[in-house]
Amino acid sequence: MELSNLEVLPGRTIVRHLGLVQGSTVRSKHAGKDLLAGLRNFVGGELKAYTELLNESRQEAIDRMVQQAQAAGANAVVNVRFSTSNIAAGAAEVMAYGTAVVVE
Amino acid sequence: MELLIQIGFFLALLVVGLVAGTLNERRHYRRLREDEAALRGILVFNERRPPDDLPLRTGQLVVGSVVIGEDYFKRIAASLKSLFGGRLVVYESLMDRGRREAIVRMKREAEHLGATMVFNVRFETSSLAEDGTGRQAAFSAEFIAYGTALVPPAAA
Repeated sequence: MELSNLEVLPGRTIVRHLGLVQGSTVRSKHAGKDLLAGLRNFVGGELKAYTELLNESRQEAIDRMVQQAQAAGANAVVNVRFSTSNIAAGAAEVMAYGTAVVVE
Repeated sequence: MELLIQIGFFLALLVVGLVAGTLNERRHYRRLREDEAALRGILVFNERRPPDDLPLRTGQLVVGSVVIGEDYFKRIAASLKSLFGGRLVVYESLMDRGRREAIVRMKREAEHLGATMVFNVRFETSSLAEDGTGRQAAFSAEFIAYGTALVPPAAA
């Protein structure tokens, strides 16, 4: 499965469009990490635990999107976009979406 | 007496925030300058499609992300400044650091793939401010930079 956030895949021709595919996941920070991050928030700087958490979530969202694309018979997803939103206290939704296509 | 202890505690946190936060920020900026200099070879564009006359390459999605939190001093300074409005200088540097770090990480991923160019770069910022307890939580923000790295066939 090839992923690209361009409208085209460089050097390849899109033969068929299969429509929008998306994948998302909602994760919450676990209490220990949250506490550490809370302490970190007094001195500032990167909150590594959250960076990792959101990276894992994004990978999960991409995986789900890819599954959907595979189910639709696509071999690539173009025009991929990400979005993160803070939906509830301590929980974040990470979403990935794109257009499933068949390329040759 | 209790009030005095509380005020002392607050001032101590403020000083810790100011000193540690400033040191952290300075260290981060130094590291950013080094990383940016090291990754100068990777060109980043926000054009939607690469020019047609480029030699054949395959595209691959690359992402860089980071979560950056504020320190206690920034938090107090920003809430005081918000009373009057205007520029929140303390947050401007935080946003700048986050975004540059995200670009650096994205470029590093591209370099790892053997690419020298990244097209259609997009940014995403989201705030992770709320927490479960309902009290005013510290502000932290996630920065994402992503784009399509053009990988020469030999490296792919």
